[in-house]
Amino acid sequence: MAEKILAVLEQREGNLKRVSFEAASVAVSLASQLGFEAEAVVVGSEINNLNELSKYGISKLTHLKNELLENYSPSAYSEMIALFANESGAKILIFPNTAMGVDLAPRVSVKLNAGIAMDCMKLEVKDNDIIATRPVYAGKSLIDVKLKSGVKIFTIRPNVFRPQPVDSATVQVEIKQVENPNLKTKVTAFKKSEGKIDVAEADIIVSGGRGMKGPENFHLIEELAEVLGAAVGASRAVVDAGWRPHREQVGQTGKTVSPSLYIACGISGAIQHLAGMSSSKYIVAINKDKDAPIFNVADYGIAGDVFEILPALTEEIKKLKS
Amino acid sequence: MKIAVCVSQVPDTATRIKIGSDHKSIDPTGVTLIINPYDEFAIEEALKTKEKVGGDSLVYVISVGDDSVKETLRKALAMGADEAILLKSSGNKDSLAIAKALSDEIKSLGCELVFCGKQSVDFDSGITGQLVAEMLGYNCVSVVVDFKLDGNKIIAEREIEGGREVVETELPAVVTAQKGLNEPRYASLKGIMAAKKKTIAEKPAFDSEVFTEILDMHLPPSKQPGRILGTDKSAVPELVRLLREEAKVI
Ligand SMILES: Cc1cc2nc3c(=O)[nH]c(=O)nc-3n(C[C@H](O)[C@H](O)[C@H](O)COP(=O)(O)OP(=O)(O)OC[C@H]3O[C@@H](n4cnc5c(N)ncnc54)[C@H](O)[C@@H]3O)c2cc1C
Repeated sequence: MAEKILAVLEQREGNLKRVSFEAASVAVSLASQLGFEAEAVVVGSEINNLNELSKYGISKLTHLKNELLENYSPSAYSEMIALFANESGAKILIFPNTAMGVDLAPRVSVKLNAGIAMDCMKLEVKDNDIIATRPVYAGKSLIDVKLKSGVKIFTIRPNVFRPQPVDSATVQVEIKQVENPNLKTKVTAFKKSEGKIDVAEADIIVSGGRGMKGPENFHLIEELAEVLGAAVGASRAVVDAGWRPHREQVGQTGKTVSPSLYIACGISGAIQHLAGMSSSKYIVAINKDKDAPIFNVADYGIAGDVFEILPALTEEIKKLKS
Repeated sequence: MKIAVCVSQVPDTATRIKIGSDHKSIDPTGVTLIINPYDEFAIEEALKTKEKVGGDSLVYVISVGDDSVKETLRKALAMGADEAILLKSSGNKDSLAIAKALSDEIKSLGCELVFCGKQSVDFDSGITGQLVAEMLGYNCVSVVVDFKLDGNKIIAEREIEGGREVVETELPAVVTAQKGLNEPRYASLKGIMAAKKKTIAEKPAFDSEVFTEILDMHLPPSKQPGRILGTDKSAVPELVRLLREEAKVI
């Protein structure tokens, strides 16, 4: 029987997240290169879109189910996943590098005595082994690593590996009822932040810095974000000044993001800010100082006043979308 | 109550990284080392908890590393930690091996509450606290921005995508600190003087198997310098055209 590679999917509020399809695609691609079989597992209560997984070439999906597991429980989820991985004999596990994945993967790694590489941006098969490339020092450098353990765990950075639909794929879904989950640690409530989209998950981010001059001007950022369906981000200077909440902070001590488009408005591009966003696919900078370091990483820039450019940009995109 | 704080020492965040000659680590010349920024939140929360719990509570700071780490431990002592322990290791360790060394020491000290930073800003894995918890069989709440201890019970809020999860659990536990949890105090002059007199206990770090092999360290591919399309709003249509037709991102 072929060895197994297991994608550990993530659901929130009963829906598989996009990053779950990314993890599934990574598992399928590695499996085909290694001659392994790709399976998936998800923990939760009711899950609405399990069948969406059928597009991505996973042969079998196991849903470990219990009504008490609607919300995340680190103790229960980690035990159930480790037990399942053990029973199914999985040799490689792929988790999303999300808040949940980062919480779960290390616990599972201890239970399975598995080596672990977090936040991978590339997973390459060489000589029948996996070489993972991951950022260190806030993305200022990259390392290639190999895990020497029998079981190996990798977490993948969201938005970096694109989900790859496979022709005529189907998935066999098995639902396994789990008794008495370990609820020693459990989530009792979720406080949703008012912001619409979280920077960590956004495909487009419009970010404002001290050049926005004050919190009252951030409506210009919000309006552009709105027409683009983007998340609002901020530099630390702005967060420290209390203009924006910390959860919007991008950078070394904020969030690391890899959207397809990052628009930096009135942000100088300090090294700690670049650390969090320089792996964005495309970067646009609007800054009136043409020597600002942000232009060194930007693909396109306008060396002008944000108060003039932002409204014009919002208008232009509105025109395009209508 | 005995409280442990795991701290690490990292290059200053303003450091420009140069790859070392071994191509597996950074060139240390000219790099200033500081206490990991998230660990300051961990120390602060430990001190606040000690003050609240009172009695004969003690805060231990523990680090794995070489002699240079004493500097960072001294800083933690100056903030108000009671005891510092350096688990000496100069060899290669991965997160699992570091967590093993820390958890062995925490076990022998008998600490029932452990604080870590949510992430060390050098290797950025963000997993030490969770690993330590799992190795000790303790409960764990990671990336915490709000922490309350009521007797044995913990109610904490952790940051996740799109909001905060309210998590309930019990001691013994490990908590990893995120920015926003508190405002770390500055060391007082009295604290600094007292820290100078304290000894830092030194022990060899538990030597466990290392699973991670670093094959190569390299800089991210450098970007072509971008195009400045103009200096006023007349450049906007061209920007939108490029985003649509060339970059294909809108
Ligand atoms: C330990 C540590 C961790 C840090 N972590 C982070 C982090 O996570 N994220 C982060 O962002 N920073 C971080 N920093 C801070 C970082 O060093 C910078 O201070 C910060 O990024 C600066 O923010 P800014 O670019 O918004 O402000 P500034 O540096 O003040 O830049 C403002 C920019 O706006 C431009 N501007 C002004 N007016 C206009 C206008 N009308 N139109 C157009 N442009 C205008 C100016 O030319 C300037 O370039 C960290 C620092 C330390 C020490």
